[in-house]
Amino acid sequence: MLDTQPEGYMTADGRQIGGVVMELKNITLRFGGVVAIKDISFDIRQGEIRAIIGPNGAGKSSMLNVISGFYNPQEGDLIYKGEKRPKMAPYMVSRMGIARTFQNIALFEGMSVLDNIMTGRMHHMKSGFLSQAMWWGKAAREEEVNREAVEKVIDFLEIQAIRKTPVARLPYGLKKRVELARALASEPQILLLDEPMAGMNVEEKEDMSRFILDVNDEFGTTIVLIEHDMGVVMDLSDRVVVMDYGQKIGDGTPEEVMNNQKVIDAYLGVSHD
Amino acid sequence: MSETVLFAIEAAINGLSVGIMYSLVALGFVLIFKASGIFNFAQGVMALFAALTLVGFQEGAVPFSHLINAVFGTSVHHFGFNMPTIIAIPATIAVMIGFAWLVERVVLKHLVNQEPIILFMATIGLAFFLEGLGDIMWGAEVKRLDVGLPQGGNVWFEENTQWLGGGNENFFGFYIDTLNLYAIAIAAILVIALVLFSQYTKQGRALRAVADDHQAALSVGISLRFIWVLTWSIAGIVALVAGIMWGSKSGVQFSLSLIALKALPVLMLGGFTSIPGAIAGGLLIGVGEKLFDFFMQPIIGGATENWFAYMLALAFLLFRPQGLFGEKIIERV
Repeated sequence: MLDTQPEGYMTADGRQIGGVVMELKNITLRFGGVVAIKDISFDIRQGEIRAIIGPNGAGKSSMLNVISGFYNPQEGDLIYKGEKRPKMAPYMVSRMGIARTFQNIALFEGMSVLDNIMTGRMHHMKSGFLSQAMWWGKAAREEEVNREAVEKVIDFLEIQAIRKTPVARLPYGLKKRVELARALASEPQILLLDEPMAGMNVEEKEDMSRFILDVNDEFGTTIVLIEHDMGVVMDLSDRVVVMDYGQKIGDGTPEEVMNNQKVIDAYLGVSHD
Repeated sequence: MSETVLFAIEAAINGLSVGIMYSLVALGFVLIFKASGIFNFAQGVMALFAALTLVGFQEGAVPFSHLINAVFGTSVHHFGFNMPTIIAIPATIAVMIGFAWLVERVVLKHLVNQEPIILFMATIGLAFFLEGLGDIMWGAEVKRLDVGLPQGGNVWFEENTQWLGGGNENFFGFYIDTLNLYAIAIAAILVIALVLFSQYTKQGRALRAVADDHQAALSVGISLRFIWVLTWSIAGIVALVAGIMWGSKSGVQFSLSLIALKALPVLMLGGFTSIPGAIAGGLLIGVGEKLFDFFMQPIIGGATENWFAYMLALAFLLFRPQGLFGEKIIERV
């Protein structure tokens, strides 16, 4: 079992994965009487691509919302970089280096692509409120530094051509990419992607897969992703958590979960004879 | 030029200067509506409260003096010194920022994710609360507000437009209040400052981000609560400006809070989400109602100013519900 190796492991394609960066311990999330997540534990290691899969309504998005602080679980602990994370607002979680994208794209539609990505740099800008308002030296310099970082992301994701375009005018696939760019601009420790390829055609999916791999490779960013396309998940991810009805039914390398009887049952159904 | 044309132009100029006053009030509405989708019914009362506070500070009046005197049997009214305007204005701004902080703490924080109608009701409550607070703090009598803005007609403007009459004996040049000229300049500065702030600063960008999508804003690390305090503070400052202008013109009185009702048609014309729209809408309403009055008074009688703005707004609702500059709502099915 991979979980028993405290100092990381080597992936099939020869990348070294580091120690545990985040550990979820016995997380339970309820909405009134409905149990969305039931006693789930798993860990996320430095530099790996961790997928969460499962049938519709399995609680995958809820899991991502717990990690990003949008939901607060009733039970369980979330240990980030060795320390228990107290209950905190989502914007604080984001400032701790956990960026995310949404299943139904959440971009600032009225703003240009560039401005959208600039918002990702928000907490890298430290100058005070007044100097910002007055546009004093420090604030102006800071804006420049952050612009450079944003330009890098724009180059990386190959969206130079649309940087001045208002987001509302972009097609779906590009919007997804801009959302990824905004998350990347914040230079996150952990990047959470909620169905990054939902609704895309084959070509767009290939592009997005390439970008995800490149991000992981180039910046060493730890990535947690939810995806429905099994082919994509198997190609991209190093380890997979499988959820069904709010419970964890499998955890391991893609090959391991593919051969897990519970997972096969959840996806294909069981005959009741 | 014929006399009718000259007087029509004079009416229009008059309308422009009244309109800019409407715009100043409407601006405060737009700011809060853009950032949080709340129609802040208390905006007019905020202008009143800001003006009351400014006068109170200037005169060195003891806040809550009536209450204090009634409870303790004392007779305090004044601190015995007058605060210079240059200190009184920043002090009032500080009070308005404090008020914004309090609104977030006491009201908005508890109403996160509620329906817009509930937030709207909350602002109605806020309006009555603030009106009462203003009364208890500073007293209900009409006060004179003087921040050093010039009063009376502008002689220069009048003299330099007299030639337009072409020797007409009944025409002495266009009359305009100097105060209104200042109002135009101040409104222009205010709008430019707001646009620069929202376009080129980090907080401005955060403000636009929150206006667009709360969830996405949270995900990039923007604190909604900070942004709300920020918007209400800016709206408070805009309210102070509107309060100063209206107060200098007609004294600080409680009917000032009713100008909020005049801002409503302005917003329908200009669009609830557009800062330039608030300005254009105010000017259009101002000019429109004066010209309408000028031409229609002989036919249908006076007091058209009381209802013309609302008629115009109604017409706009029928043909262009998003207003002149508002975002068009397209629902994809």
